[in-house]
Formats: sequence, structure tokens, C-alpha cells
Amino acid sequence: MSEPKVATSVPPADEIKTTTCYMCACRCGIQVHLKDGKVRYIDGNRKHPVNRGVICGKGSAGIMQHYAPSRLKAPLLRTGPRGSGQFKEITWEEALTTATSWLSQVRASDPRKLAMFTGRDQSQSLTGWWAMQFGTPNFAAHGGFCSVNMAAAGLYTFGGSFWEFGEPDWEHTKYFLLFGVAEDHGSNPIKAALGKLKQRSAKIVSVNPVRTGYNAIADEWLGVKPGTDGVLVGALIHELFRTNNVDLDYLVRYTNAPWLVIQDKGAKDDGLFARDADGKVLAWDKTTDSLARADRTDITPALVGEFTLPDGRRAVPSFRLLAERFLSSEYTPEAAEKICGVPAGTIRRIAEEMADVAFQQTVTLPIKWTDWAGREHDSITGRPVSVHAMRGISAHSNGFHTCRMLHIMQILLGTIDVPGGFRYKAPFPRPAPPGARPVGKPEQVKPNTALPGMHLGFVHGPEDLLVDADGKPSRIDKAFSWEAPIAAHGMMQMVITNAALADPYPVDVLFMYMANMAWNSSMNIGATLDYLTATNEDGSYKIPKVIYSDAYASETVAYADLILPDTTYLERYDCISLLDRPISEPDGPADAIRHPVVAPDRNVRPFQDVLIELGARLGLPGFTKEDGTPRYPGGYPDYIVNHERSPGVGPLAGWRGADGSKFGMGEPNPKQLERYIENGAFHLHHLEPGQRYMKHANRGYLEFAKSVGFIPHADPIVFQLYCEPLQKFRLAARGHGSVQPPDRYRQRIERFFDPLPFWYAPFEGGLIDDRAYPMHAVTQRPMAMYHAWGSQNAWLRQIHAANRLFMHRDRARELGIGDDDWVWISSHIGRVKAQVQLMEGVNPDTVWTWNAIGKRAGAWGLDADAPEATRGFLLNHLIAELLPPRDGGYRYANADPVTGQAAWYDLRVRIEKAPAAEVHETFPRFEPLPSPTGITPPAVSDFGRAFNKDRA
Amino acid sequence: MHPAYSVILFTTSSGAGFGLLAWLAFGILTSPPASSFTFYLVAFALAYTLAIGGLLCSTFHLGHPERAWRALSQWRTSWLSREGVAAIAALGIGALLALAALADVPVWLQRILAAPTLVLALATVWCTGMIYETLPTIRAWSHVLTTEVYLMLALASGALVLTTILALLGWPSPGAAWAAIVLLALSALMKAIYWNGIDAAPRTFTVGSAVGLGAGTKVRPLLEAHTEANFVMREMGYRVARKHADKLRLMVMAFAFAVPILLLVLLIAKPVLGPFAATLATISAGIGLFTERWLFFAEAQHVVTLYYGAARA
Amino acid sequence: MTALPASTKRKLGLVIDLDTCVGCQACATSCKEWNTGGYSAPLSDIDPYGADPHGAWLNRVHAYDVGEGATSRTVHFPRSCLHCETPACVTVCPTGASYKRAEDGIVLVNPDTCIGCKLCSWACAYGAREFDAADGVMKKCTLCVDRIYNEHLPEEDRVPACVRACPTSARHFGDLGDPDSAVSQLVKQRGGVDLLPEMGFKPVNKYLPPRPRRDATTLAAPAAPETASPSNGSVMDRFFTWADQMLSR
Ligand SMILES: Nc1nc2c(c(=O)[nH]1)N[C@H]1C(S)=C(S)[C@@H](COP(=O)(O)OP(=O)(O)OC[C@H]3O[C@@H](n4cnc5c(=O)[nH]c(N)nc54)[C@H](O)[C@@H]3O)O[C@H]1N2
Ligand SMILES: Nc1nc2c(c(=O)[nH]1)N[C@H]1C(S)=C(S)[C@@H](COP(=O)(O)OP(=O)(O)OC[C@H]3O[C@@H](n4cnc5c(=O)[nH]c(N)nc54)[C@H](O)[C@@H]3O)O[C@H]1N2
Ligand code: SF4
Ligand code: SF4
Ligand code: SF4
Ligand code: SF4
Ligand code: SF4
Ligand SMILES: [Mo]
Repeated sequence: MSEPKVATSVPPADEIKTTTCYMCACRCGIQVHLKDGKVRYIDGNRKHPVNRGVICGKGSAGIMQHYAPSRLKAPLLRTGPRGSGQFKEITWEEALTTATSWLSQVRASDPRKLAMFTGRDQSQSLTGWWAMQFGTPNFAAHGGFCSVNMAAAGLYTFGGSFWEFGEPDWEHTKYFLLFGVAEDHGSNPIKAALGKLKQRSAKIVSVNPVRTGYNAIADEWLGVKPGTDGVLVGALIHELFRTNNVDLDYLVRYTNAPWLVIQDKGAKDDGLFARDADGKVLAWDKTTDSLARADRTDITPALVGEFTLPDGRRAVPSFRLLAERFLSSEYTPEAAEKICGVPAGTIRRIAEEMADVAFQQTVTLPIKWTDWAGREHDSITGRPVSVHAMRGISAHSNGFHTCRMLHIMQILLGTIDVPGGFRYKAPFPRPAPPGARPVGKPEQVKPNTALPGMHLGFVHGPEDLLVDADGKPSRIDKAFSWEAPIAAHGMMQMVITNAALADPYPVDVLFMYMANMAWNSSMNIGATLDYLTATNEDGSYKIPKVIYSDAYASETVAYADLILPDTTYLERYDCISLLDRPISEPDGPADAIRHPVVAPDRNVRPFQDVLIELGARLGLPGFTKEDGTPRYPGGYPDYIVNHERSPGVGPLAGWRGADGSKFGMGEPNPKQLERYIENGAFHLHHLEPGQRYMKHANRGYLEFAKSVGFIPHADPIVFQLYCEPLQKFRLAARGHGSVQPPDRYRQRIERFFDPLPFWYAPFEGGLIDDRAYPMHAVTQRPMAMYHAWGSQNAWLRQIHAANRLFMHRDRARELGIGDDDWVWISSHIGRVKAQVQLMEGVNPDTVWTWNAIGKRAGAWGLDADAPEATRGFLLNHLIAELLPPRDGGYRYANADPVTGQAAWYDLRVRIEKAPAAEVHETFPRFEPLPSPTGITPPAVSDFGRAFNKDRA
Repeated sequence: MHPAYSVILFTTSSGAGFGLLAWLAFGILTSPPASSFTFYLVAFALAYTLAIGGLLCSTFHLGHPERAWRALSQWRTSWLSREGVAAIAALGIGALLALAALADVPVWLQRILAAPTLVLALATVWCTGMIYETLPTIRAWSHVLTTEVYLMLALASGALVLTTILALLGWPSPGAAWAAIVLLALSALMKAIYWNGIDAAPRTFTVGSAVGLGAGTKVRPLLEAHTEANFVMREMGYRVARKHADKLRLMVMAFAFAVPILLLVLLIAKPVLGPFAATLATISAGIGLFTERWLFFAEAQHVVTLYYGAARA
Repeated sequence: MTALPASTKRKLGLVIDLDTCVGCQACATSCKEWNTGGYSAPLSDIDPYGADPHGAWLNRVHAYDVGEGATSRTVHFPRSCLHCETPACVTVCPTGASYKRAEDGIVLVNPDTCIGCKLCSWACAYGAREFDAADGVMKKCTLCVDRIYNEHLPEEDRVPACVRACPTSARHFGDLGDPDSAVSQLVKQRGGVDLLPEMGFKPVNKYLPPRPRRDATTLAAPAAPETASPSNGSVMDRFFTWADQMLSR
């Protein structure tokens, strides 16, 4: 008998469409293979700058997301009590009139009473602009609970940050440190990069309490105690100073190290930079032994010493203060070892290895460039040490200062925007801090009036805070108030709590988009659900109206009054804009779109279209023409092409100008979207080789950046080792200036607004009895799940239908806990029950689990007895949104005090074995939710059979 | 291994069926022509019911029973295929033998048919045993006695059924009973040796070697590839507790061997009790053999369990 | 057709780098996605939205705790058919549905003749065969036979879906029968190994073991600094003296 014939050359598709993935926020380019009008297969677009052809575990499961039975199918109006999940389907006309009537009342009376918050939002430049036109100060996206402390730390220090803002020079780096990352937004890029580093056998050092995923393949794993990275990095900096391994030339050229800091205890300008008559910062010139403008290129600035100012007061270079801070006994490796658990010897070795790579193994590229002072250079030498960090740093209440230390370490080694170091991505670098101030001061909010500017910005001093005369926050989330002065992304995690408690004031409409706030993105879920359903004496809801846009049957749907069902990511236009969170590469700015590759088969509409129509119906200035007719009748695509934020600058930077010949600035091009689609749904502008490095001080780049509107002027961007804006808050706390903190906040501001970074123990640990809650509890992103929404995916949920609590074998043994046992996890606010999995590669004082696997029974189109609901659990039930009372009973947010970043990983817990007699099922469990779609999911899925018809 | 009832019923029932068929053929070959229409009718009918019933059972666990005929094609390499071919041949020629015996044709003609029937019936059972014995992935099955035990149990159960038929027809036959006793005793002995064998056999496959990190390395599962059981775990991950298994082994010894043997002795001693004793013996043996076969699967560890938590296999 | 070919012209297979694999599951889901609509379509899922979701996958990614204490490590481990040279899974098949291709050594199941008796899955040492309960036939890695020869795919895409997807490039595809092929070279350099060689199936796929660590277990820590004394001054003084240089901007 002979081998059967195998059809080895069947056409995989009738048609292939390229667009942008949205199975996560990484935004890779994908090719969607369509066969008989259905999605046959999705793979990576090789030409795309983000993923260069590869695709991740989530992205390749896109089919099961797109066809998930959990997709909402029509607008819904609540019929039962809030939270009951009882709805009736309504028409879009009804939905839009309802929303319009609710919102127009608010706008006419008090625009603050609209709180508009968005989650995994990738059109923040639209949603934010909409809220601005509406006139409410209460807009933000999810950044406040994600990583704002790191974003702020970076922007205030060197005008950049990680993720969209910059990345290691993967091509050249020889030594890579990864702090607190399991997966991150650069999902595919980081994986691809790790693969490259492995091929070059560059050393990878992982700093993480848990050793899985990326951290499992590192050459060296440092299993730190959660919340202690600051002291570890501090000790590394200590060692670099001790061994004279800092790049002094780099420091005098590119940083404020030489800037003189006034030393005058009690004075109103103590700790500010010494300035001359026209406000220019001063340094000490060693050649002339005199004061000189710090920005002069012909001086030889002093980095150490102490100098006298014309008025006779003392001043020292900021660098001296920095060195004193880190050479102090608090940051010796021995001191650090006691706190973070990494042996002093190892800390010394790592510092030595970094220094060796930075100073002995430099990389020189033959690239001609011109520096800010106009000096030509014909090569660039880089110190190939690089760093990436994410929520292991950000999800702690000390994340802002820890992240500042990380950047300062990079700067001391001279590795910012050099070959092998850390490279900016356009539109970054921006001035440190960027110029834009937050908008929404009480006097800026008026009925039926747009705000004078966009909400989110950067405070340079107390005068920029959004507070009233007595220091009361003007925003519902208390962002940019004394509670969290540098809350550059807002504090979404506080909105529901504050709105229900009418603190600082009640709202009328809570409008949310793409955030599962009634479940995995809230702290203390039980309380959050109570707040969402809390009523006044008369039975009316404390949060009177909730509008929500989701695409799927999430937990939050059940807690809204009006549901605006969105499409899936394959059915709509999206715009990944340079005005927002672009996908730029170090070698050039890039932006992208999504476009409909399949038509919706349900009564759903792209949220952006709906928002634009609402804007028109409400008569918002930006959304209507002078004659009151809609400005963008064509919906989102119309807006993407024709909206101009400032003359010539629109959502997309590519193919602007009537004929599509312009980049960055140019009049709208009616064919712009076609051009994007032809090019694989993205545009990448290649910088000239001479513009690609040293962007902060590269005249070629800075002038280009100015010309396309990335930065206001082409002045060099000076790294702020010493952060003066923080000192201004301190001075206010000391009683100087017109805007001063209410007394309750003075101590707190004094302590945490230190212009030099320092390590302090995370708050929760300090406020609770840590003998009662001895363990740290953190979560990790599973690579094959995106938050809540992966669970509706028939393939991904087979990989993670339930989650375990992982703990160290030895610690478990001490506690009499064995593999697979069920345990109670208790925090100061509650208990959760889970099944354990023992392991070696975890810090013994730490337990962890996968994030967002636990589901509310009945949600996500899953059966009520799905493992996600019976064996899946969330730590969120244990994480308090407010810290235990202190300072006279006041409860601060469980957040970073500088930026308001939610401190998810400060969580402290106790683990106890659950009595064998108990049923082995998770706790807490809530009432099962009814399906908002009424769809019964299939008992068997044989997707793909149809593509192989010849086989019966 | 997952003890699937279809397979358990198939192997036990058709084992007895082919055993009985073999005995009938053997009788015709060896004993003087003693024609009895009723006896042959009952005996052959029962042999065929057991054999074909078993074979039908085995098709229940097929994904495509309608394609079962394809299983006859690979007799060159596959013991499963050979089993099919042998079974059909045995049943085919056996059918002619049955007709010949019922029609009471001249005995030389019956014997020409009996010889191949005997061989093929035994061959069928032999193939069944070989299907298991030749799987390198399941240590407990690769044991040298696997096939022999199958064969022995088929003959023993065949003999027992034969004895019962004779007893019920009122011709208690000490000869058949003695044969059954001897075979049951031998099977018991072999089964005991088999069990000792598999208990003693070293578990030479290690998880270290399964994941290519060195046979000696300590390797423990950390993250499941999938949180719910998949086909491999359901089919090959079955585990039976040692304690439980020991109890069941005793039960096998009692029901499959001890009790039947005693009852057969009773039958020989008190022929009047024959029908009753024989029937009871058969029922007891049925229970015992079903349990024996269940254990045969449940106790067998598949090497793939190394990827799912087993340290050795 | 279950007699094994005496030899195969080529030995196509995968080389998987355990030093680089981060366990992201891309190879598992991209495999499922390609193949559920490909040669052995569908790869059915049972109870996909219920209490006991399970389906047919051709590639599964495990993670193991290897060793104990300071020298322990976490190893991610993708597992699919190894396209063995002398596999029992083929010879036990009663129908001939299971066979090894003479041309390239790929082990396939013919879904049109498989009766779903599951015997081959019993014979596979590596758990690489998964019975599709809804389709009634055995499913296994096809080495993407409908991709690697597919003229409708661009040249560069004629590799298995899992290899095409793998974000870290931990998966390599090629002819392990040709000693000069890139994969054979890689196996040579990195000391690629067989899984369960003692089983005697002669797997074609190879695994590259994790490389030795460069950490405290293998590197010595530098000596602790001598503490400050009148002679050498405090750490701070020493640093300030050093940093007091003529530096140009
Ligand atoms: N697959 C997938 N990708 C995602 C997401 C997803 O849900 N799934 N979510 C996206 C989102 S919104 C975000 S914000 C990013 C987050 O991306 P990541 O930063 O990777 O987020 P986590 O998985 O929370 O990783 C936190 C890591 O920090 C470690 N860690 C915890 N505490 C500490 C500490 O004190 N110090 C150190 N050094 N490490 C610590 C944890 O063990 C964990 O490995 O991922 C994005 N990408
Ligand atoms: N314990 C713990 N909790 C955490 C974290 C943690 O590390 N540990 N991480 C925190 C962080 S950093 C983040 S960013 C949050 C993330 O938490 P969320 O922002 O809530 O992220 P998701 O759970 O993915 O919810 C997104 C919602 O958007 C919906 N959605 C998906 N696609 C679309 C679409 O195309 N259109 C519309 N309109 N809706 C869509 C989904 O159905 C889902 O309801 O979780 C936070 N919560
Ligand atoms: S990382 Fe994966 S899920 Fe995220 S965008 Fe890229 S392909 Fe899609
Ligand atoms: S895709 Fe690559 S990295 Fe991811 S699990 Fe598979 S082999 Fe490992
Ligand atoms: S891995 Fe298993 S299925 Fe694949 S060839 Fe080897 S034995 Fe057969
Ligand atoms: S299941 Fe199919 S392929 Fe496997 S042995 Fe049976 S018939 Fe052959
Ligand atoms: S080669 Fe193809 S079938 Fe095999 S595991 Fe990779 S993707 Fe799956
Ligand atoms: Mo996030």
C-alpha cells in the first residue's frame, strides 16, 4: 500500500488584510487571513516595526476572541436593580437620546458631575479631547493604577520613560537588567529582544521575587523581597560612586549635576537652584573660579565643593548632594542586604559587572552627528548597559522614587540614548518635566463651556495643582491635589469610591469605557460593588447614572444603567496616535490604525463613532460646525483624517498634506487612511542616522522634533538628577509661597517630596501588624491571558481556567502546607481561599498568583460553574483602596504619595491551611450574573471544520 | 491507564468465547464422536455470543466504528490488526465447524475444520495479549507473562463455561471440571508471578530523561500546560491507589480462582449440585476476571505520566 | 501503510531551545489556530465555555522546577510530536492511518481512514497524540505539512506555524538528516539532546539544554572594601577628591 496523497498546498486564504492586533496593548501588526468571509488565521506582519512578524500566544488566539459568545449584541438599558444584570435591548436611537439627555443636563448645570474614565483605552487623545470639550475636569484613563509613578519619575528625570517612551538598544546592549517585569506592554518586542540577547550571550539580570517566564531565562536571578528594589538600586549606585565608576563628562554635559543648589535652611528658596538676574541657573566654572551660567559650553563646571553666591549664601553642585545621599551608610550593600535579601557580595559584583561593561566594553558607531552646541562629532560611543522595569516597581507606594533611582543609575553610567544603552522613542524626549500643565482648576470649569486645555499634565510647583483656595481637590479622583500632586495620569482607581462617598463631591453620571472596574481593576471589590449600588434614603443611587461601553459580557456590564456595545478589534477603526500612546521605534516615530477587516454581525457600533455622535448631539464645540451640524458626520475615520489638534497636526502623522507628501505637519489628506491600509496599517518615519542617538542633546533631532511639533523649542533636554519641582512642594509644606498644603499634608509632603530619590518601606507593611501579615502577595501577568478578557477565549482559557497561589516549598513546609492544599489568604481587609502550588523559584517571604484569572460566576459568557469562578481567585479582594487610618483618622489612598499610583503589590498577607473538612472551592463568591446577551454557548466547538470541506 | 469498560468487557468476554470455541474444537479433535445436537447448539451459540459480543463492545470505544473494517489491513505490523484477522478467521471456520457438528457430518470432516478453529481461536487471544505486551510505553504490560496470562485465562474461562453448559444439560463432566480446575490454578499462579514481577520491575524511565535534562535531575511540574485534564491525562493518567489495588488483587484471587475451584471440586464430589455449583462458579469467575482486567489497566502506568508529575515510570 | 520506511530522504523536524523559551504559549495557540482549519481540521474543543473545557492541541507548553535551592532553575518546556524515526505509534496502527512519510520523515495520521482506536496514543511515549472526541479521529503535530510545501505562502513563511510565531526564536525548523543544515549545526554547537532515548523511538526533534548560569553559584564576589581610616580617608572624601576634575561641556 502506498502513502495517501496529502493536500500540501491548499490556499490558506481568499484574502489577507493587514491591521493592528488588539488582544493586548502591545499593538503588533497582524495579517488576518479570510476564507469564505470568516477569519481563517491570524499571523504577524513581518514588515511591522513592533513585532516584525512574530505573534504571541494571545494574538494567535484572536479568532476565539472575535467569535466569542460573550460579545454584546445590542445596546442595553437596565431594568432590574443595579448589579442584577437585568437589561432590555434598546435601539441605538434610544441609547443615544438617553445618554444625550443625561449628559446635557450635567453640562448645563455643573460639568464636574460627569466623571469620564477609560481603561485599556487606545484613543485617549479622542476621549480626553471629548471630555475637554464637554468641560468636565474629571477625565483620565487607567494610567493612574498602572504605572504613572514610573512614567512621572522618568519624565521628571530625563524627559522619557520606559514602554512607548523608550527601550533598551537591543541591537547593541551587552548587559541588561530587568526589574519587576513578567510580560509588559512590549510583549513581543521584549521577547524578541531576549531572544537576540541570548544569541549574542549578552548577560540578562532579573530582579524579581518570582522566577518564571522572562526571569526564568535570565543568566542571574535576584529574588528580592517586594518593595525593596529602591534600596538595592541605591546600593548599586553606592558602589558605582565608591569605585569611581560614574561618567563625569556625560554628567557635566547632559545633566544638572553641576547646577548649584542654594543651601539656606528656612529660606523660601532653600534647596532651589541658584539663578542669575534673568533667572538662568548657575554653576561654578573652575577655569575662571567664578559663577557662570550653567548652560554655557565654554566652562569647566565643578561637580563637588561648596561655593558662595553673590548674596553671600552657600550653594553646592547638586551632584555633591546626590553623592552624599548614596555614599551614606544607608545605601551600603550590607545595609541593602538586610532589607532586600540580596547578598552584599552579589550587589558589589553586579555593580562591578555593570561598570566593566559600561566603561571597558564601550560600543562606538561611526555616526556623524551635531550636538546642541553645534559641535560636529563623527562617531558616537555608547556604554552598553540597559534597563527595563515595570510593575514590580510601579505597583508599590515607593515606586516613584525607586524609578528615579533606576534612571539616575542609568545616567551616572552615561547610558541614556547611546548605543547599547536606553533609547528614546519619539515624541520623546520632552523637557524634564514636560511643559503642559494639568487643566481643571475650579475657575476653569464652567457650565456649557469647554475646558481651556487637556486635563492631564505636569505640575511644576504647587501653583499648578488643581485645588481650590482651601486646598480641596477639584477632581473627583483627587488627582493633582495635595493627596497626589504629580498624578499625571489621574487616579481612576479612586473614582467609584470617591463618587459614592461624595468626597470631594458627588457626581451625576459615571461614564466608563473599556475598564472592568466592577472586578479585576478595582481594589477591594466587595466595597466597590457596594459603592456602585449604594443608595440614598429615598432609594436613589448615590452614583445616579452609569454609562458603560464594553464589547463583551464583563462583570462591569451588570453594574451599568446604559450599555453602549462596542465592536471587536477586527470590526472597527482605531487610531494609535503620536498624540497619545504611539508605537514609535528608537529609529523613528511611528503610528498606526485598525480598520474593519470583517463587518459586525450584531447591532453594535464602534465606541468612537458613538462618542463623536454624542459630541455632536450635545453640541460640543469641537464636534459641531459653527452652524451646529456635526463636524465629523463620517464618524471616527472622518475624525482621524480631518481633525486638527493644532494647525497641520492631527491624529495621524503619516502621509499628511493634500497629496500625502508630508510627515508630522500638513493639511489633512483625504486619502490618508487608504495610504495607511496599503502600508499594512502603520506609518514609520525613519530618522536620519545622525538624529538617532543622543536625542536629548542632538541638534539634528531636536530641530526635527520641533519642526513636527513634538517639542516646543530645540533647546537641549537636561537630565534632572536633582528634581527642583519636588523641592518647591517641600517649601510650600514648610510654609512658603501662596499655595500651601492643608496642615494634615505638610509632614507627608515634606517627607516624600525629596528632590533626591530615597527608599522607604511600602506603606501597608508599616501600617499593619506585620507579624500578623508576614508575607508579601503579588500577581503576575500570564503571557497567554490579557487581564479579564482572555477568559472568554475558548483556547486561552484552556491554558488558564483556574489559578493557584504559588509559594516557596520551604516556607510551605514550615506552615504545614503541602502541594495542592487549599489555603486561606488573609489581609487586613479580608480573606480569599485558594489552592497552592509549591515552587523553588520564589522569594520565601512572597506568595504570588496569575492576575485576573478569577471570574464572577456567569460573566464572560461562561457557565456559572466554570473553573474561573470555582477555582479561580483574585487578590483584589484583599487589596485595600484606602490605607488604614492615621494622621488623626484620615485615610489616604493606598497609593504612591507623589503620583497617586495604586500600590497593588504592597499587599501583606497571612497564609493558613484550610481545614480539610471545608469544600474545596474558592472564596469569596458572588451571586452568579445572568448573561446580558441570552446566548447559550455551544457544548462543542469545531471551528475550522468548514475550512476543510473536502473532509466530511 | 484508564480502565475503559468497553475494552474490559471485550477482552474478558471474547477471551472466554474463544476459549470455549477452542475447547469445542479440541473436544471434536480428541474425544470419540459423541454427537449431541442440543449440546453443540448451546455451546457454539454461547461461544459466539461471548466472542462476538466482546468484539462489538470493543467497537464502542472507536471514534469511527463504521470504519472498523479498515483495521484488518495492517496484519503485517499491527497486533491489533492481526487480532481482527485471526478473530474473523476463527469465527468463520468455527462457524463451519459448528454447522458440521450440528449436522453431525462424518467426524474426519469435523476434525479437518476443528484443527484450524482451535489454532485460530488461540491465536486470536494470543494477538490480544500481544497488543499490550508489545507496547514499550507501559512497563506493566511489557511483562513476559502478559500474553500467556491472557491465553491461560481464556482457556480457563472457556473450560469453566463448558463445564457449566454440560452441568446444566445434565451431563456433569468431571473431565472438563478437572481441566477448568487445573487451568484456573495455573492462571492464579501466573497472575501472582505477573503481579510480583510488575511490582519488582525497576521504574527505569525518569522525568529528567523525559525532559532531556539528565536522567538523574530532580524535575517537578511547576506550571501546567493546561489547567483542566486533556485527552492524554484522561486516557493515560489514570491512577489507582496501592491500597485499593491490593484489595482488588485479593478479590481477583478469591472470585476468579479460589471460589470457582472450590465449587468445581464440589461439583465433582456431589454431581447433583453440579448445575448450581457450576453456574455460581462461572458468575464468580466473571466478577473476578472483570476485576482482574480492570486492574490490568488501572495498575499500568504510562511513561507519558512523567510529563504530568510522575518522577519515574 | 504502517510499515516504517527503511529510511527517509530527509528528517524534517524541530529544534527547541530550552535556554531561550519563556513559556509564552505562542507556539501552542498559533499551532491550534493554523491546524484547526488545516490538514487535520478541526481541532475540536469540548465544553469550551463550561466547567470542563478541553480540546485537541498538537503542542503543549509546560514549565518545570528543575533542581533545588540556589542552583534550581525554572525551565519552560514545549512538547509536540518528535517525528521519531522508529516510533511504535505507527507500527501499532491497525488501519494504516498512522504512517511515516518516506520523503521527509513526517509522521501523520490520515483523518479519512483513522478509526479512532487510540492505540497509537498508547504507543507514543511523549503524549504527542490527542484524540479528537468530536471528530472521532486521532490528531497530532503534522509538522505543518500544509505550510512547509504550500506554494500559496511566501517562501519565508513555509515553516511551521509555531516556528513562524515564536517571539523569542526558540524554535527552529529544518532537516536534521543533513549534517550541514543550520539545525544540525545548532544541535552540534549546543549539545542538543533526545527525549527518553532509552525508549528507542529515535526522535528527530532535538532539545537544546539551558546554558550554565552566570550568577552567585558560578561567579565569585569581589572582596569587601577596606573600611575608612585616617590614612585612606572616608569613602566620601576619596570620591570627592576623584570627582574634582577639569571637565569640559
Ligand atoms: N499577557 C499580558 N500582557 C500584558 C497584560 C496582561 O494582562 N497580560 N497587561 C498589560 C498591562 S495593563 C500592564 S500594566 C503590563 C504590566 O506588565 P508587568 O510589569 O510585566 O506586570 P506584572 O505581570 O504585574 O509583573 C510584575 C512583575 O513584578 C514582579 N514584582 C512584584 N513585586 C516586585 C518588587 O517589589 N520588585 C521587583 N523587582 N519585582 C516585583 C512580579 O513578580 C512580576 O513578575 O503588562 C501589560 N501586558
Ligand atoms: N490584583 C491586581 N489587580 C490589577 C493589576 C494587578 O497587577 N494585580 N493590574 C492593574 C492594571 S496595571 C491594570 S491596567 C488593570 C487592567 O484592568 P482593566 O483595565 O479592567 O482590563 P481588563 O480586565 O482587560 O478590562 C478591560 C475591559 O474592556 C473590555 N474590552 C475589551 N475589548 C474591548 C473593546 O474592543 N471595546 C470595548 N469597549 N471594551 C473592550 C473588556 O471586556 C473588559 O471588560 O488591572 C489592574 N488590576
Ligand atoms: S503582543 Fe500579542 S496580543 Fe499583544 S498586540 Fe502583539 S500579538 Fe497582539
Ligand atoms: S513560542 Fe517560543 S518562547 Fe513561546 S513557548 Fe513556544 S517555544 Fe517558548
Ligand atoms: S512523538 Fe509520539 S507520535 Fe510522534 S512519532 Fe514519536 S511516538 Fe509517534
Ligand atoms: S487511532 Fe487512528 S491512527 Fe491511531 S492507531 Fe487507531 S486507527 Fe491508527
Ligand atoms: S509543527 Fe505545526 S503542527 Fe507541529 S507543533 Fe508546530 S505548529 Fe503545531
Ligand atoms: Mo496596566
